[in-house]
Amino acid sequence: MWADAGIAAVKSLVMLLLALNLTLVLLWVERKGSALIQDRIGANRANIFGGILPFNLGIVNTLIADPIKMFTKEDVIPDGADKLLHFFGPFLAVFPVLATFAAVPFGDVLVIGDRTINLQVADLNVGILYVLAMSGLSVYGVVLGGWATNSRWSLLGAIRGSAQMISYEIAMGLGLIGAILTFGTLDLQAIARAQGATIWGVIPAWGIIYQPLGFLIFLVAGIAETKRVPFDLPEGESELTSGYFTEYSGSKQATFMMSDFAEIVVVSALATTLFFGAWQVPYLARDGFHFPGGFALALPQLVVVAMQVVSFILKILVLCCFQILVRWSLPRYRYDQLMDLGWKTLLPLALANVLLTAVIIVLAG
Amino acid sequence: MLDQYLGVILTFGFAAVIVGIMCGASMVLGAHHPSAVKQQVFECGNPPTGPARGRFSVRFYLVAILFIVFDVEVVFLYPWAIVFRRLGVPGLVEMMVFIGVLAAGLGYVWKKGALSWD
Repeated sequence: MWADAGIAAVKSLVMLLLALNLTLVLLWVERKGSALIQDRIGANRANIFGGILPFNLGIVNTLIADPIKMFTKEDVIPDGADKLLHFFGPFLAVFPVLATFAAVPFGDVLVIGDRTINLQVADLNVGILYVLAMSGLSVYGVVLGGWATNSRWSLLGAIRGSAQMISYEIAMGLGLIGAILTFGTLDLQAIARAQGATIWGVIPAWGIIYQPLGFLIFLVAGIAETKRVPFDLPEGESELTSGYFTEYSGSKQATFMMSDFAEIVVVSALATTLFFGAWQVPYLARDGFHFPGGFALALPQLVVVAMQVVSFILKILVLCCFQILVRWSLPRYRYDQLMDLGWKTLLPLALANVLLTAVIIVLAG
Repeated sequence: MLDQYLGVILTFGFAAVIVGIMCGASMVLGAHHPSAVKQQVFECGNPPTGPARGRFSVRFYLVAILFIVFDVEVVFLYPWAIVFRRLGVPGLVEMMVFIGVLAAGLGYVWKKGALSWD
């Protein structure tokens, strides 16, 4: 009993630290990536004590210096603001995003002695519903955070943000139904295992092969949920100063900024789990590689598990980088275009995708 | 059955602690020098006039109502999607009727202009 609880606690901490570290690394990738795209050098003044080191500490120091700077700033709460909600706004923007990771599998099973550990924090049979419920909660962070500050910009940003998030949530929920039809379960670990199969013995049976349109809908809706360019109207700094977090400073503002990046990681993790084979490495089974053509390569169990976890992280990183590329490549939508895309394009497309998938499944038997 | 939710509860706890520390760090570590000007909300340099929590466009309410309507329909699709392979053709026909009604509703609000922002 206590051993189970301990294992669950370790898994939970590992997953949370993985998510947080990916988020922090993304901050660095964003700064350097945007510099690369815009032909700048980017953040390059990272050293300690006025540069006593002859080399650039780069990523490490930026990841430490930025949080320390943010955490030691003054926490300004404007007049007329609701002090309690001013705290719970950023809290609710990040907390549900982190909680989402409880249902995401990050590897197959790890066998230690006679104990089989499922590499997933909580093996929920309603995994997708849990994830959707949690990501739906983060809209409260935006609404309450914006409303609490008693600022016009914040309120406008909060209302825009909530309308945008709930509009794209429908497209996202409908877009995932195609994947559920394909796999016949809501259990994310079962979905991950199902993607270890191959089509005609060669092509890995990843979700994107069955659900290309579903993936596209999920990705667009997911980027809209992260509230970043081209869907950054809730923040739109040229019209709303900073949208719903205009009146936040210090660590609360850092938390709001982090929520965007944490959402990128969540969207990438879900897209990986549902459409890109989760932790699967092509042709890698629990006892080693089984290539098409009968060639097999046995591997120790620990190596297999390590390769699965690394493959999961790499897939997430590739999708994260893609979203950052999108963010720095596209201009912002107008609000009517945003609503049109969500309600008039993605929603009918998602309905069509559900029907198409159902008909194909019936025809294929 | 409930022990699978142990991980969820633990994750909730850890996440709450981590995010709580992140949100509260400035309150503890940061300086605290309030002044009348600093506490003013930002309105492009002008002194703010009146309360901020005023009225806003009715379209946002419309979006919220449409969200509730369509989100409930989406929830109905989930159980069907799981058992679909066992239902076969009758399940497909039934859900085609349901999605047809849903599409008709979407067409109606579309025609009525509830989805256009201008």
